[in-house]
Amino acid sequence: MSSPVGVFADKLVDFIEYYFGWLLTLFKEILDLALELLGYVLNYPGPALFILVLIGVSVLITKRIVLPLLIGAAFCIIWWMGYWESSMVTLNMVLVATAVAVIIAVPLGIWAANSENANPVIKALMDFMQTMPAFVYLIPAVIFFGLGAVPGVIATVIFAMPPVVRLTNLGIRQVPPEMNEVADAFGSTKWQKLTKVQLPIAMPSIMAGINQCIMLSLSMVVIAAMIGGGGLGGDIVYALSRIDIAMGFEAGLAIVLIAVTLDRLTQSFKGEA
Amino acid sequence: MFHDRMTVGIEKIRARIKGSVKDFTEEHRPPPKKVRTAKEIFGGAETPTDKEGNQIMIRVRNLSKIYGKHPEEALRLLEGGLSKEEVQERTPNNVGLYDVSFDVMRGEIFVLMGLSGSGKSTLERCMNRLVEPTSGQVLIDGLDFTALGEEDLRIARREKMSMVFQNFGLLPHRDVKNNVAYGLEMQGVPESERLEKSREAIELVGLSGYEDSMPSDLSGGMKQRVGLARALATDPDILFMDEAFSALDPLIRSDMQDELIRIQSKLGKTVVFVTHDLDEALKMGDRIALMKDGRIVQVGRAEEILQDPADEYVDRFVREVDRTKILTAGLFMRKPRGVLYVTQGPRTALKLMDSSDRNDMLVINRDNRLLGMVESDDVLRAVQSGDKDLSKVVIKEIPAVGPDTPMKEVIQIMVTTDFPIPVVDGDGVFLGVVSPSVAADTMGPGGEE
Repeated sequence: MSSPVGVFADKLVDFIEYYFGWLLTLFKEILDLALELLGYVLNYPGPALFILVLIGVSVLITKRIVLPLLIGAAFCIIWWMGYWESSMVTLNMVLVATAVAVIIAVPLGIWAANSENANPVIKALMDFMQTMPAFVYLIPAVIFFGLGAVPGVIATVIFAMPPVVRLTNLGIRQVPPEMNEVADAFGSTKWQKLTKVQLPIAMPSIMAGINQCIMLSLSMVVIAAMIGGGGLGGDIVYALSRIDIAMGFEAGLAIVLIAVTLDRLTQSFKGEA
Repeated sequence: MFHDRMTVGIEKIRARIKGSVKDFTEEHRPPPKKVRTAKEIFGGAETPTDKEGNQIMIRVRNLSKIYGKHPEEALRLLEGGLSKEEVQERTPNNVGLYDVSFDVMRGEIFVLMGLSGSGKSTLERCMNRLVEPTSGQVLIDGLDFTALGEEDLRIARREKMSMVFQNFGLLPHRDVKNNVAYGLEMQGVPESERLEKSREAIELVGLSGYEDSMPSDLSGGMKQRVGLARALATDPDILFMDEAFSALDPLIRSDMQDELIRIQSKLGKTVVFVTHDLDEALKMGDRIALMKDGRIVQVGRAEEILQDPADEYVDRFVREVDRTKILTAGLFMRKPRGVLYVTQGPRTALKLMDSSDRNDMLVINRDNRLLGMVESDDVLRAVQSGDKDLSKVVIKEIPAVGPDTPMKEVIQIMVTTDFPIPVVDGDGVFLGVVSPSVAADTMGPGGEE
C-alpha cells in the first residue's frame, strides 16, 4: 500500500518505541506530573479567588489598571457561561506546552545563532515541524504516549516551538556587533556574554517568539482534543459531533478570551524588555 | 495521589542529596580554583624602555592582519614588495595591516590616525585581540600578548585594559551605574563594592546624579561619558579608544577631548586613540601615527608631522589643517635682540636702545620675570630729570601670551599693537618674543585670513 517513505516512517516509529520506550515513559511521567501540579495550582483557589489573583498579577505585569479589569471580566464571562473547568484544563495544557517548548526552543535557538553548521539543519527541522500538518503528529504521539493530555501536549510542543527557535536565533544574530565587542573587550566568558549581553538584548525578540508560541498552542487545543486532551477543545469536538451551535460558539469564545488575555500579558513583557 | 507521589519523590531526592553531598565534599572536593590576576600574568615580564629610559607600555612588532583563508600567499607577495591593491587583485585575501611596528610609552596619548580603510581600527583591535593578528607580536608591559591563552587573555582584558567604543556600546537593558560596573562584574567584584567604584568613576566623568538613568534617556555626550566611566572603572593601565568622539557633534566633542585630557593628566593612563580627524589627533596626541593602506606612514609629535611631513601623502593630509590653530607661540618665539634688566637704570637703557636702533624694549628683573616695557621718550625724560630708577617708567599693561597659546590668538593680539608679543610661562618668567615677521610665516599656504 505505502511507498518506501511511509514504510520507513512506520518502521522508525516501531524502532523508537522498542529502543527508547523507557525514555518516552520517563518523559510522559514528567509531563503528567507537571500537568497535575499546575492543574492543582490552577484549580485550588476556585474561580472567584483565581480571577482576583489574575487581576492582581496582571496589574503587576502590565502596570496598568484598565487592561487587568478587562481580563478579569473576560474570565468572569467564561465562568458565567459554565466553561470554567474546561478552561482550566485548556489553560493548563497551553501553559505546560509553552513551558516545555521554551525550555527546548531557547537553547536550540542559541545553538543555531552560534553555529553556522547547526543553523541550516535546525532551520530545516523547524520548517518541517511547522508545515507538517498537525494531525500527523497525533499518530505517533498516541502510539508513544497513549490517549489523554500528554500526547496532546507533545503535539502542541512540536507545532508551537518553531517561532521561539527562529526568533531566539534572529534576536541573538541581530545583537549589534559592537555589543559583542563590548563583552569581549571587558573579558567576559562565553556564558557571561550570553546571559549578560546577548540574551537581554535579544529579549524583545524572544518574547515575541513566546507570544507566538502561546497563540499556536491555543490553536492546537481542538486538535489535541481529538486524542483525548479534553478541555475547551473537547467541548468543541463534542459540539461538532452533535451539531450544537450554541455550545461550539461558547467554547470557541472562551478560547478566544483566553488567547487575548495571554497575548496581552506576554506582549507587555515584550514592551518592557 | 499527587501528594503521595510528591512525598515519595521528595524523600528519594533528599536521601540522594544527603548521601552524595557527603561523598562529594569529602572525596571530590576540588582544589580551590586558582584564578590568576593580571599582576601575576604580567609580573614575570620586564617592561622594556626606550633610549631615554621611558617605559614602553605597548610594543608592536611587524604586525600583519590578512583577512580570508590561507593568508600565507598574500603575506609572501607583500614581502616581495607588492602593494595592497596588487595583492588583493592576485589573491582572494584582504590586507588589513602589513608589517606595522611602533612603541607606545607609558602614560602617553598615542593617536592612530588615517582615513577610513587605512587599518587604524583593525590595528587597535589587534592590540587587544578583538581581531587576531595573522603574524607579528604585540608586547604589553613586556609580555607577549599575542601568545596568551584564552583564560589569560580574558583576565588581561578585565584588569589591564579597557575600551571605549564609537557608538558608545552601552548595554540598553542596564542603567548607568550597572553599565559602568560591567567590567567589575566580569572581574567578580562583589556588588556593593562594584557599585561604589562605579559611583566614583561616574563622578570622575562628571555624571553624578545620573546613576539610575537608562542609556536611552541620555544625550550622545553623556552616553560617551558613561562609556568612558565604564572603561575607567576597572582602573586599567591601557585605554583603547576607537573613534570615541566621532559620533558627537563638534562642541560636545571638544568638551569630551578636554575632559579626556584632564582625566588622563590626573590618572596617567596609557591611551591609544583612534581617529580620522586630524584636528582631533593634533589636539589629543602626545604622538601621532599616520596610517595609509594598512601601514604606518609616519610616527611623531604633532609639530614634527606638521613641520616635516614624511611623504607626499602626509603632506597632503596636513595641508588641510588650519595651521595657526595647532602651531603655538612657543614654537615660533625667538630670543629678542635685547632686553633690559630693571636694575640697569635709565642711562644704560637709553644707550642700549640707541645702539639697537629701537624705540621700545622689554624689561625683566633678576629672576627673569617680565615686568613690562619702556619707550625711549619716557626713558629720555627720566634721564633728563636725573631719575636713577628705571621701574618708574615701565609700562606694565602690555599683552603677553603663554607658550601654548595658538598662533591664531597671537596674531589677533598682534594686530592691535605694533610691538613683538612677549611669551611668558605660568610664573611670569620671560621666555622670548613672537615678532610680526615670524607670525606672517605661520599663515602658510592657504592660511591667509
